[in-house]
Amino acid sequence: MPASYLWLIPLLPFAGFLINGTLGRRLPRPLVSAVALIPTFLSACLWVWLWFTMKAPGAPESIQSVATLVGNSWISISGFHADFAFTVDHLTLIMLGVVTCVGFLIHLYSVGYMAHEEGYWRFFAYLNLFMFFMLVLVLSANFLLLFVGWEGVGLASYLLIGFYFKKDSAANAGKKAFIVNRIGDFGFLLAMFLLIAHFGSLDFSTVFSSIQQHPELQGGFLTAIALLLVVGAAGKSAQIPLYVWLPDAMEGPTPVSALIHAATMVTAGIYMVARAHTIFDRSPYALGVVAIIGAATALFAACIGMVQHDIKRVLAYSTVSQLGYMFLACGVGAYTAGIFHLLTHAFFKALLFLAAGSVIHALSGEQDMRNMGGLRKRIPVTFWTMTMGVFAIAGIPPLAGFFSKDEILFRAFVSPNPIGKLLWLVGIITAGMTSFYMFRLWFKTFFGESRFDEHHAGEHAHDPSQAHDGHGVHESPLVMTLPLMILALLSIIGGWVGVPEFLGGHDEIGAFLDPVFSVGTIQVTEVVSHGTEAALAGFSVLIALIGFFIAYALYYKKPGTAASYARRFPALYRLVENKFYVDEIYQAVIVTPLLVMSRLILGGLVDGGLVNGSGFAAGASARGLGSLVRRVQSGNIRSYAGWLALGAAAVIAVMIFGHSLWLH
Amino acid sequence: MNIDHNILTIITFVPLAGAIVLALLPDRDRIQQWGALAVTLLTFLCTLHLPFHFDYGVAAGTFQFQQNSSWITSPAIRYHVGVDGLSMWLVVLTGLLAPLGVLISWRVIDNRRRLFYVLFLLQQVAMLGIFVSLDLFLYYAFWELSLVPMALLIATFGRTENRRRAAIKFFLYAFIPSAILLVAMLWLYARTGTFDYPQLAQMAAAHSISSNSAALWLASLAFLAAFAVKVPVFPLHGWLSDSISEAPTAAVMVIAGKLGLYSILRFSFGLFPAQSHRIAPLMLALGAIGIVYGALLALVQKDLKRLAAYGTLGHVSVVILGIFAFTVSGIDGGIYQTLNEGIGGSALFMLLGLLYERYRTYDMREYGGLAARLPWIVTMFVLTALSVVGLPMLNGFVGEFLVFSGAMQSTIAHHIGWTVLATSSVILTASYMLWMIQRVFYGDLGRRTETIAAPDLTAREHLALWPLVILFLLMGIASPVWLRAIDTAGAHIAATVNRSQSVTMDFEASRASKPVSSSSETALNMTNQSASTKGAR
Repeated sequence: MPASYLWLIPLLPFAGFLINGTLGRRLPRPLVSAVALIPTFLSACLWVWLWFTMKAPGAPESIQSVATLVGNSWISISGFHADFAFTVDHLTLIMLGVVTCVGFLIHLYSVGYMAHEEGYWRFFAYLNLFMFFMLVLVLSANFLLLFVGWEGVGLASYLLIGFYFKKDSAANAGKKAFIVNRIGDFGFLLAMFLLIAHFGSLDFSTVFSSIQQHPELQGGFLTAIALLLVVGAAGKSAQIPLYVWLPDAMEGPTPVSALIHAATMVTAGIYMVARAHTIFDRSPYALGVVAIIGAATALFAACIGMVQHDIKRVLAYSTVSQLGYMFLACGVGAYTAGIFHLLTHAFFKALLFLAAGSVIHALSGEQDMRNMGGLRKRIPVTFWTMTMGVFAIAGIPPLAGFFSKDEILFRAFVSPNPIGKLLWLVGIITAGMTSFYMFRLWFKTFFGESRFDEHHAGEHAHDPSQAHDGHGVHESPLVMTLPLMILALLSIIGGWVGVPEFLGGHDEIGAFLDPVFSVGTIQVTEVVSHGTEAALAGFSVLIALIGFFIAYALYYKKPGTAASYARRFPALYRLVENKFYVDEIYQAVIVTPLLVMSRLILGGLVDGGLVNGSGFAAGASARGLGSLVRRVQSGNIRSYAGWLALGAAAVIAVMIFGHSLWLH
Repeated sequence: MNIDHNILTIITFVPLAGAIVLALLPDRDRIQQWGALAVTLLTFLCTLHLPFHFDYGVAAGTFQFQQNSSWITSPAIRYHVGVDGLSMWLVVLTGLLAPLGVLISWRVIDNRRRLFYVLFLLQQVAMLGIFVSLDLFLYYAFWELSLVPMALLIATFGRTENRRRAAIKFFLYAFIPSAILLVAMLWLYARTGTFDYPQLAQMAAAHSISSNSAALWLASLAFLAAFAVKVPVFPLHGWLSDSISEAPTAAVMVIAGKLGLYSILRFSFGLFPAQSHRIAPLMLALGAIGIVYGALLALVQKDLKRLAAYGTLGHVSVVILGIFAFTVSGIDGGIYQTLNEGIGGSALFMLLGLLYERYRTYDMREYGGLAARLPWIVTMFVLTALSVVGLPMLNGFVGEFLVFSGAMQSTIAHHIGWTVLATSSVILTASYMLWMIQRVFYGDLGRRTETIAAPDLTAREHLALWPLVILFLLMGIASPVWLRAIDTAGAHIAATVNRSQSVTMDFEASRASKPVSSSSETALNMTNQSASTKGAR
């Protein structure tokens, strides 16, 4: 594939956005779908072509393409310039595959899911806009263009979370997502300023090669840059302390949650850390921070996920937790494992969200698991596909999640990090919790008695027309179940690209990403036998099974046991159910004081007193002048002209005579 | 005859001729509107001559389209006009905003239209004159002229009964420092015998204006103070929110920012490079504080126009931070951001004006739920907000990015701390802009929006807004078109100021018997900077 064709990959969805965004309101729905889906499909085809180009024997390790627009660049001043430049290496190739393929499947699914919604065209326009920015993000060859995609996906996310903008909760959630992400961007921007100050460039190749040429650069300002990048990544990838926006983002339509808030956008932070691994490798301190943030987030979010009732919120916290795993992987220098988990997670979490969407669709908008149950027989395709997703995320071999999660845990265990074993322990506990909350979701939704009140079906729907035909619970149409089936298949086999050697595999993904990460990556110092690796893997399977059995006992055997346990520890339960009151704490500690300070001290004291007061003091001393001015404003334009002329004459007089009189 | 020699005169005086003609024409049947529109459009077309005939390869520090003829022999006042990369796009921007201002005032101004449009055109003359004048006396005449029509516009066409007070406040704030500015200019003339800017700038670079450093210092402060009030620089912004709150939209579009910022870049830096460098730590601090202060106060306003006014304070402070960093990136970004502020700020005030026209209030609490009813207005509003917030691919990002990264590379004291503080505004700006959008357009219908059924954008309003929105996009992705000229000027300014610094030090070092610690510290900074410039290349 010619390198210049790279530009088509993002620009095709952008064209879809332009058409639907400007004309969509007047187009019939099938045409809107076609305008949105065809470019996305073509982008996926281009990716396939690109794949074969790069896999061909003798193909270069990376392809570059620089667009020459006006002035041959994007920003160009003396001493700095930034291009519209794309680059593709094996890492990009994986990301591109995830974005285009999963993206296309979710577009397809949305045709069914959004069929009865108002603003159908608007939805697809935004979705295509998202695809455009996400593809720019993964294709860019410099930090600045990456930041374009980075901010752009944030914008698309803002627009899509607030899709039902008449609902205050949706508008609030969109705003929160954007602002919290901006906190991350603050860090990202500062990191870029430091990069420019030290390297004079933001090109990946320039920056990374100059770091490689200077082995003496260790820590120091590189640590500062790395930590600032972590702030950015923590915002986008919903890590502690900036994870708070992601659960609220579930206000958006479910396909959006699947595409943006599970499979693609939120992984941008992990991608960025992996991309900048040359910087991170020089700063063990920053890597340690990444690992600790990841592990802590994984555990913390899993805790909250165990007690949520809204099916989408469980999945949201699960996403935060899984992203924590990926962070952990990057933090112990196992970038390949992180990207591997990113890949498999994209499959099974997209599947889980879409299947949850299918459940919600079947129940006409119901999202509370306390009102579900017994759906196994009534929506069989959804049930079976979701089962694959649940098994995959819970880490049951040989499904996808097992291989990738196990790789991360193993890498943490053997990492030279002094607290590597502790990180592993946190990871394995989280794995058990993950298994528990996912099977809890599975049992509560699909097994037991039906707790769904069919007479009130439709009350929860965003749009009453969604409770169409009045035939109650129903399986979704093929356009929705087909993506589910494909993703279920991928959730089963997706992990087989990374089967470790002790199980007779060849770890293809490791070899594939080796050219990207081999440069300067921390090597595993401990030589570990396959026996240890197998033992660790066996242990994590055991943990997953324990999680399953606890969920089985609590929610299938004797439903109600969980509630009685919850009653026994009311304070603890309420604490976790209310998400540790983090939102409330942020509100009380940061937002409210800031607003109060602005209103009272800055607005009242400084602006009202100091700034205006000094003005009034000047005004008072010139009150005579003020009344003069009032008299001047007689509304007669000729008198103004007269005053003007008089003033000018005075000035000139001062100039001519003053010059000789008092200035010498 | 080559038009290049008097194009600037044409640009400046077409609106003046228009104002005179309008004053003679009767005020009926929209004659005034159409007349003003024709004049401003003609002016704009003339300004477009500049970028197409500008010589982008010419050496830095030389002026183009010059006209230089004797006006008064004693004192030596010349009619000297010309533009360089710094002023050229500001002239074009001023040309562009005027017809849009007329379009947006079309129906709002229904009484005393003749007075309004005559004053509006006079204001236009003054602004264009400020940007093209290369003779200090000529410049000062236009500078004073710029105060009067604006004060009268506020006093006559203000929104509430507070308009008189706001007008007086505006006038006093601007007038008193201007009087001191005049004294400083006369002192300069007394020392040098010329008002000619290029000559004075050369003398300044050669340190031959005066050996009395205290007097130079005072003169530079007089210049800076007059300009800083006009910008306004925190904490001299006392007039800003009252004036903006009262003034009609077309006047608000040009009330802040570019005149003062341009004047600092041209005259403060050009005539007092060493003194400007000396005061830079203070200005850098005021810039950074102003950015955050403006954003924080915008966050707690309930009045849409006051919100935008404090936002404006924040945005002009970005420019202050950039230009006083004395790096190429900072100054280029500052000039670019001056243009952005003119475009984005105007679009925002126009949109607020449209809402006021429909719902007769600027109180945010009365609004809500308009997104479904006014799809075009909400689209324009969101685009404007994104430009102001600095979303990449739109104009605001290019300017802000260059400013902040330039500040980070600065050698001025505490630049890193101020850059970090200033950069935090990306969070605050997004907060108040999105909050405003949500309050006005999302959620349930508000008290006022429920009862009044208002139309979406009319054709005339489309016409007024689209040029700005298209510029958001173009300036976001094709910045070299503008930066090409700006960079030449920006690099020249940065070099002039930084060079003056090293010369002063040589001068002082040769006079001082033993090196002073502060000067050796600066010398260290200088070497650092030259090292980093090398690294950049």
